[in-house]
Amino acid sequence: MSSAQDWLSNPLGIVQSIFDQKSTNLEWEKTVVAYFKEKLQENDATNWVPSLNDVPLHYLKPNSLVKFRCMVQDMFDPEFYMGVYETVDPNTKARVLHFGKYRDIAECGPQQEVDLNSNQSVTLERQTLYCVPVPGESAWVKETHARASQARVSPSTSYMPCRHKRSFEEDEDMDMQPHKQKEQLPAGSSVCSTAQASGESKRLERTAPSGQQRPSPLDLNFPLPGEKGPACLVKVYENWDCFKVNDILEVYGILSVDPALSVMNEERDGSFSLVDPMTCVDTTEEQRVHSPPASLVPRLHALLAHKLDHTNPLLPVSLQGGEEAKNYAASFASELPAVRAELLGFLTHVLLGDSLAAEYLILHLISTVYARRDVMPLGKFTLNLSGCPHNSNYTEHVYHIIQQLVPSSYRLCMTLHNMNSLRFIPKKDYAANRLVSGVLQLGRNTSLFVDETVLEQGQLDTTGVQNITALGNLITWQKVDYDFNYHRMEFPCNINVLITSEGRSLLPSDFQVPLQPQTVPPNTDEYLTNLQAALPPSLLNKFRVYLTLLKTMDYHISDEVTKAVEDDFVEMRKDDPQSISAEDFHRMLVVARLLSLSVGQATLSWERWLRAKQLEVLRTTRTEQQKCVNGNEP
Amino acid sequence: MVKMSSPTSTPSRRSKRGRSSNPTTPRSEDPKSPPSQKRRTDDSSTGDLQPMPTSPAADQRSPNVQDTSLFSSPAKSRHSAPPSEFDMSSPLTYGTPSSRTEGTPRSAVRGTPARQRPDLGSVRKGRQVDLHSEQPAGGDMVTSEQSMGQKLVIWGTDVNVATCKETFQRFLLRYIDPTSKEEENASLDLNEPLYMQRLEEINVVGDPVLNVNCGHLQSFDAELYRQLVCYPQEVIPTFDMAVNEIFFDRYPDSILEHQIQVRPYNALKTKNMRSLNPEDIDQLITISGMVIRTSQLIPEMQEAFFKCQVCAFNTRVEIDRGRIAEPAVCRNCNTTHSMALIHNRSVFSDKQMIKLQESPEDMPAGQTPHTTVLYAHNDLVDKVQPGDRVNITGIYRAVPMRVNPRQSNVKSVYKTHIDAIHFRKTDEKRLHGIDEDSEQKLFTEERVQVLKELAAKPDIYERLSSALAPSIYEHEDIKKGILLQLFGGTRKDFSHTGRGNFRAEINILLCGDPGTSKSQLLQYVFNLVPRGQYTSGKGSSAVGLTAYVMKDPETRQLVLQTGALVLSDNGICCIDEFDKMSDSTRSVLHEVMEQQTLSIAKAGIICQLNARTSVLAAANPVESQWNPKKTTIENIQLPHTLLSRFDLIFLMLDPQDEAYDRRLAHHLVALYYQSEEQMEEENLDMAVLKDYIAYARTYINPRLSEEASQALIEAYVDMRKIGSGRGMVSAYPRQLESLIRLAEAHSKVRFSDKVETIDVEEAKRLHREALKQSATDPRTGFVDISILTTGMSATARKRKEELAKVLKKLIQTKGKTPAMKYQQLFDDLRGQSDAAITKDMFDEALRALADEDYLTVTGKTVRLL
Repeated sequence: MSSAQDWLSNPLGIVQSIFDQKSTNLEWEKTVVAYFKEKLQENDATNWVPSLNDVPLHYLKPNSLVKFRCMVQDMFDPEFYMGVYETVDPNTKARVLHFGKYRDIAECGPQQEVDLNSNQSVTLERQTLYCVPVPGESAWVKETHARASQARVSPSTSYMPCRHKRSFEEDEDMDMQPHKQKEQLPAGSSVCSTAQASGESKRLERTAPSGQQRPSPLDLNFPLPGEKGPACLVKVYENWDCFKVNDILEVYGILSVDPALSVMNEERDGSFSLVDPMTCVDTTEEQRVHSPPASLVPRLHALLAHKLDHTNPLLPVSLQGGEEAKNYAASFASELPAVRAELLGFLTHVLLGDSLAAEYLILHLISTVYARRDVMPLGKFTLNLSGCPHNSNYTEHVYHIIQQLVPSSYRLCMTLHNMNSLRFIPKKDYAANRLVSGVLQLGRNTSLFVDETVLEQGQLDTTGVQNITALGNLITWQKVDYDFNYHRMEFPCNINVLITSEGRSLLPSDFQVPLQPQTVPPNTDEYLTNLQAALPPSLLNKFRVYLTLLKTMDYHISDEVTKAVEDDFVEMRKDDPQSISAEDFHRMLVVARLLSLSVGQATLSWERWLRAKQLEVLRTTRTEQQKCVNGNEP
Repeated sequence: MVKMSSPTSTPSRRSKRGRSSNPTTPRSEDPKSPPSQKRRTDDSSTGDLQPMPTSPAADQRSPNVQDTSLFSSPAKSRHSAPPSEFDMSSPLTYGTPSSRTEGTPRSAVRGTPARQRPDLGSVRKGRQVDLHSEQPAGGDMVTSEQSMGQKLVIWGTDVNVATCKETFQRFLLRYIDPTSKEEENASLDLNEPLYMQRLEEINVVGDPVLNVNCGHLQSFDAELYRQLVCYPQEVIPTFDMAVNEIFFDRYPDSILEHQIQVRPYNALKTKNMRSLNPEDIDQLITISGMVIRTSQLIPEMQEAFFKCQVCAFNTRVEIDRGRIAEPAVCRNCNTTHSMALIHNRSVFSDKQMIKLQESPEDMPAGQTPHTTVLYAHNDLVDKVQPGDRVNITGIYRAVPMRVNPRQSNVKSVYKTHIDAIHFRKTDEKRLHGIDEDSEQKLFTEERVQVLKELAAKPDIYERLSSALAPSIYEHEDIKKGILLQLFGGTRKDFSHTGRGNFRAEINILLCGDPGTSKSQLLQYVFNLVPRGQYTSGKGSSAVGLTAYVMKDPETRQLVLQTGALVLSDNGICCIDEFDKMSDSTRSVLHEVMEQQTLSIAKAGIICQLNARTSVLAAANPVESQWNPKKTTIENIQLPHTLLSRFDLIFLMLDPQDEAYDRRLAHHLVALYYQSEEQMEEENLDMAVLKDYIAYARTYINPRLSEEASQALIEAYVDMRKIGSGRGMVSAYPRQLESLIRLAEAHSKVRFSDKVETIDVEEAKRLHREALKQSATDPRTGFVDISILTTGMSATARKRKEELAKVLKKLIQTKGKTPAMKYQQLFDDLRGQSDAAITKDMFDEALRALADEDYLTVTGKTVRLL
């Protein structure tokens, strides 16, 4: 009991004890990491660790172990810190060694001074990552994670004392906050700041009693408007080269919210201007961004940080290799065809009885960019559902259903206002020295739902044109060129784009499927709401598992099928070279791949190939029909 | 309590003042830098004064010794017997021998004031005030040290000032680099000592800065170079002394603004910003990057001037690590707190904060660029502007963050910056000429060997072209064309004959059906070349391509923002959807594509920018699909003036052939299911390809051989003949130039310095191939792909079939004759047909029938079967 308490509530104590034993060499660092790794591998240990994602910051005890599921939004410059330092008591001349790792402040006792010139000191380097919660994370993911961590038994006491210290009135306020936000959410995009600000301002009053006027609540730099949650400065100590911008991470680390961090900032513009005029005069903006008040942006000193393949809480954390992952996949395999049939049925209903569109939607949802050749991303499957009714709530409902299925998604309404005013491409702000986020800065496998049905007449301005171009590039090349003012830098991405439009989309797409409703319910809203309500939660969960699991599956083609497919292509070309281009063949290969995967098969069979061809033929005839129809229009 | 917070205010110095007999503080306690650095000074363990690291001094000439003493202060304070009021342990200003030593032999030096070097850190600042009054101290030191007979090194280092100085002087006097290629050395005699010529220059020009290439130093004396890199703060002042001694020896009457300062550059071959680590603190480093921000000029106080309000006694106090120790008591009248700071008699120096960001090329994919703060001092202020690419040499520093004075806790993070000593703009010369420096990628010996071996292979041309965009299938000739474009021709300068530069860049236009992976090719090239730009004709305007004037949001000044064409100077500008470009936009390309310059006249800015860029454009045919019933010209529909500026115009058409289809299918399937390792291999290829191209571009400059010239002439004459046909792109002198460029590029591919006939042949073939001239039916002017597959145009084939049919009918009408005379049959056929039938055509028809097994031809008789 006590040990569990210890490593959760007082990890620094553990580090200290390891440090004390082995202060003579540098091995202690490895021991520390190994210790926590081992602890976290114990049964359900990860669930005992409170998560920054679902526990409000002020409930968490400073310097306790917490976890955080997040996306790397920006990387700051590496910093040098005192890895080991010595304090000296001016009276007794007693010298004590301390470690500075996992800490922001070099602490020392009341009667001690840090000896900055001690030759026992060791300077080390660490990297700071600015992390935000996974953009567009669906509500069900958050809830499931939160529920899992609520299952803890005893360790909840670790932050209970903290809780009692706060006034109850404030607790209520915090509890109410989610409701408030929910209410405000549909209203528009600018909500997040107000809801957050109300909580923040309260905290501000406490941490900064000086009552200084702040120009505006700190912009936490979330990629998507209307996002909430804590942003965090994650200090990484090992292998930081492997982390990239937009990676989804799970970090286990020591929470540091020392008010001293913020107090220091306040002092910045104070008395010491002579010493360091630069930091005061020139970079207040940067200071604000790089060392925001710890109460708003806590520091997290990572003990363990690893990339996540997915954020779906219903699946094992790692799907790459590992016994657990394999067993899990095997156990699900038997159910797979049934789940697929159910999902197809469900989506057919959602798409008003259009089973072909539903088939393509499944393929779209399990697609992922699995490789890149030169500049060409392989496996992308941008779907354009055309023929959606204009200005109805239909697309919104479809989006809500997709949101229910995938772990993270975002609906981008292509209104003129959005296109002209939203920032799509992240841009480097050199004044504050940070990457100002944009809508297109999304983690891998996020579903981007582009709604063109809300398109209206008007003129795009420069930003609008740039935004559309960026979106087009994203779809074609699966990359976003971030704006670094003096140059652009290319960031590869892996985003599933689904476009709903009335006619053919103005954006490029890989597959266009004109929607052909079989049934027209008198009230679409009611129809779709009922449809969702009728879906049993257990089945819904299976859908979620199905979609996430299939994204990670391997796939190959046997030599015979390769040969047969090649022959088939030649044969098709022989009859009519115009009938199938290399581009079409590309598409068929993608469809065949996803079609095989969607039924859980890792190899392509001849039948599946024929089916893929058939689907493509059905689809192209539809688009051609539509072309004719449009052509006949006056 | 408070003091410990800021290492920059360690009181050791001050406190010693009154009790110099107590030599407690060795230099190593000066907290100028994070302690890690002190690891190398382990011998000075706990701060108790240790005996000087000793090594017997062989030669100690007195002037040197005196200077030496300035740096080996702790020892002195111990050994010099007469304790003086003057604090012996304080490091004196290295560069001020003149100002304090009346008795030094080099009195000429005295005329020139020394200038402080804030770039080397404030720790080093001496107190001249004290020195003036402490004249005898110098003498004492000399004697005391000489008597000791020890060789002194600077505390915490292994630098012996005397040896160091001597070696450097030797370096200055003797260093010769006959192979120097540097721009700055252009006017110098390479067989004379390089730096002595520089000193002469300084004497003439009066700019007291000596830039020293660390590469030279390293080749001269590796040990000295190592010391310079490890202990720049100690060694550079020594260099300064050395150079000033030599200079004022030679030019005693020279008048300089201040004493010469040595600025080393090119240390430790340009480190990447990413690879900086705690080990580099306080070392001399050279890093490259891009300036993203510069602060305003900051006057930094160097010396404070205090005046007593009571007795008007004045005193000067030097800034000691960012702080001024305000005298609490007037030394003259002993009034407390009577000293007031007089601002306009204090000494200030200029300082500027500069932010440097990693160059985009140095960055690993998927990460954001790092930035570093630089401080520029004195005349280096405002040397660089945001956007400049620079190589900077300086000393890497780390200082602990300031602490909240109310708490004893220290923020455990250091602030790092670089004190800039030398700037070198890497793109400075781009506006004026070819920048050898930035192009010059460093190749290791082994790499060059690998590349040369590769070049020796007979099929290198094919190899390279297939390594280009492997994911794009076939289009071998187009890839070859692009390959030649990447290599480029030889730059020729005819300016003395009045024609200016000949363009060496090859422009290519890809034209063809949608979906023939044109955009992909463009993307690939854009990613391959270091200075590539990718724009789409649809989205770009004329100004986007050239340059536009805008108000800089920060400085509120009008600045010229360069567009894609200027940015891709010395690179390739890829323009997609060339046909969608408006005519006015396209017209700016005229100048760029032939003269390789851009003239701009807007908002009062009139200038001509270099735009030596190759253009790789992709266009769809006019009717979006290639219309086989139209000629090439009609299909492309671009102004002829523009079209003729393209060296190669490729038609990307679907060949529609079974074998091709099969290969294509195989390629595509493989593309989708290739294993990881195979992809790795290709990545490697891309790196080799990049290096190969970079090497050839830099080092290979082929010239035409005699035979090649002849071949070119013939080729041109032929082209003129063919081109007169209908609807074809006919040949102009421009095409001859194109051929020359292509031939040169092809010989570059072979790493050959001479253009030979095979190069011309390939250039010719490619040029013909590009326009599918071989596929153009000369009778109609239409492109007929079937010529490629059957070797015969469709009309010719049709005619052949018709003739065979007629012949067969003729034979049938003759009834059952088993054999006929050849000549007879020919005459009959000719008589029957109204069109002229040649003997060849007749033979062909016979052969066709023979193929059908209808008849055989033996000698002069035709037999039916």
